[in-house]
Amino acid sequence: MDAKRNINSETDTPFQKIPGAEPSARIDPWWWLVLAVIALIVFLVLVRPDPFRRIIIFVSDGLWVSISITLISFVLILVTGLLGGLGRLSKNRVIHGLSTLYIEVVRGIPLLVQLLFWYFAFPSIIQGIGEALNIEPLKNYLANAVGMAILGLTFCYAAYMSEIYRAGIQSIPKGQMEAARSLGMSYFQAMRYIIIPQAVRVILPPVGNEFISLLKDSSLVSVVAVADLTRRGREFMSANFIPVETWSMVALLYLVLTLFSARVVSWIEHKTRMEK
Amino acid sequence: MQPIIHIENVSKSFGAIEALSRVSLDVQKGEVVLIIGPSGSGKSTLLRCINRLEEFDEGTIIVDGIPLNSSANINAVRTEVGMVFQQFNLFPHLTVLQNITLAQLVVRKRNKDEAEKVALQLLDKVGIPEKAQAFPNQLSGGQQQRVAIARALAMNPKIMLFDEPTSALDPEMIQEVLDVMVTLAKEGMTMVVVSHEMGFARAAAHRVIFMDGGQIIEEGAPEVIFSSPTQERTKLFLSKVL
Repeated sequence: MDAKRNINSETDTPFQKIPGAEPSARIDPWWWLVLAVIALIVFLVLVRPDPFRRIIIFVSDGLWVSISITLISFVLILVTGLLGGLGRLSKNRVIHGLSTLYIEVVRGIPLLVQLLFWYFAFPSIIQGIGEALNIEPLKNYLANAVGMAILGLTFCYAAYMSEIYRAGIQSIPKGQMEAARSLGMSYFQAMRYIIIPQAVRVILPPVGNEFISLLKDSSLVSVVAVADLTRRGREFMSANFIPVETWSMVALLYLVLTLFSARVVSWIEHKTRMEK
Repeated sequence: MQPIIHIENVSKSFGAIEALSRVSLDVQKGEVVLIIGPSGSGKSTLLRCINRLEEFDEGTIIVDGIPLNSSANINAVRTEVGMVFQQFNLFPHLTVLQNITLAQLVVRKRNKDEAEKVALQLLDKVGIPEKAQAFPNQLSGGQQQRVAIARALAMNPKIMLFDEPTSALDPEMIQEVLDVMVTLAKEGMTMVVVSHEMGFARAAAHRVIFMDGGQIIEEGAPEVIFSSPTQERTKLFLSKVL
C-alpha cells in the first residue's frame, strides 16, 4: 500500500505540473492509421495506374466539391445551431416553441428526403407563388444544385447541432451565469465571455462527430445533381464497369478524409483542454 | 437619512413553499448587517433579491435610489452591488487577472492598462499579488474566495453582498477571508453578509438579523442578540450554533 502510494506521488505530482511533459503530449498513435490508408492509396496508384490512377484523376474534382460543400455547410451549421440552441434555452415561449418545433420536425424526416424536397419541391413552390402573384423573377426561379444541397444539409444538421449547444450550455454551472450577471454583464455578454467559451470545450467531441457524419452524409447530395465524389464515382463506373476498383477507391478517399478529421478534432480537443 | 437599501414587504414563493413572507429591511450607508438563521429560512433568497438574481413576487426593493423594476434598472443596480458566492464562481477558463479585469473592460469600459492596474492593486489588498497569472483551480479555496472578493471590488461597488462566503472553505482558510471582510467593513463599505461566523459578527457587524420561516424574527446589535435574545426561536438556534 505504502509502496504504491510512493509510486503514485512520484509519477503524478512532479511531472504533471511541467507543461508538455504529460504522456498525452506525445504524437497521437492513430495518425499512423491515416498514414497507412494514404500509403495504401499511393501503393495502388503506383502498382496499378490503370485503373486506380485514372479513377483518382476522374473523381478528383468531385473530391473538392465534397470537401467544400462539407466545410461551407459546417460553418453555417455552427452559426445556425447556436441560434437554435439559444432559442431552446430562451424563456420567451414563442422563441422556445418555434425552435423546439423546428428541431422535432427536422429530426423526424430522413436527410435524403429533405435534400430531395429542397432541390425538387422547393423551387416548384417558389414558381407556384410566382405564378399566383405574377412576379416574373419567381416564375423563372431555378434551383442551384450546390446551393440547395448546402441549404438542405445546413437545415438538417443545424437541428442536431442546436441540441448539442443546448446541452453544452446547460452543463455549465448556474453560478457562472449568476457571477457574470452580478458583475453587471448583460445576458449576451455573459454568454459570449463566460458561458460559450466554457461550453465549447464541453461540446468539442460531439461537434467533431457531427463534422465527420456530415462529411459522410454529404455523399447523399449526389442524388440531387451535385457532382460530388460519390456521383463522380458513379459516372466513372457507368463508363468503365469496374465496380470493385471504383468503389474501393472512393471508399478509401472518404476514409482518408474522415480519419484525418478525427485526428484534427482530437488534436484541437487536446489543445483546448482546460488548465489543470 | 435615506437608506441605501430599502426592502419593503417583499414576498417570494418557490411553488408552494414560501421563501420570503412580507420582509422589510432598511440598510444605512456604511452599515454592516449580518443575517443568520437556519437552513431554508430565506436568508440567501433575501440577499439574492437585493441584486435581483432572484425575482420576488411582491413588494419593493430600492437600492441607492434605484427601484428594481425594469431590466435597465436591474443592470444599473448590479454594477453598484458586488456579490460574493459560497462556491466562489470564479471563471475557470480565465486567469486570476482576467477574472478581475473582464467586467471592468466590458461593463465599465475601462481600458486594459487601467483595468489591470486596478486588478493588481486589489490582489495586493487581498494578499495574493503573486497569483495574477494563475488559473482559479490552481488556488486554494481561501485564495479563490479572496480573488472573488477582488473581482467584485474591481467594479467599485457601493454595496457588497456575501452569500455564506466561508461555508465551502476548510477551517484553516476561513480566517484569511474574514480578515479581508473585516478590513472592508472598517473602510466603511456597506455590507450585507449571510454567514454564521460569530467572530466576524463581533469584529465588524453593526447589526445582526435572525431569520426563520421567511421572516425576520429578531434584530439588534450583535452583543445583544448573541447574549440575550428575546425570541424563543432565536435562543434555540443560537444554542445550536454558538
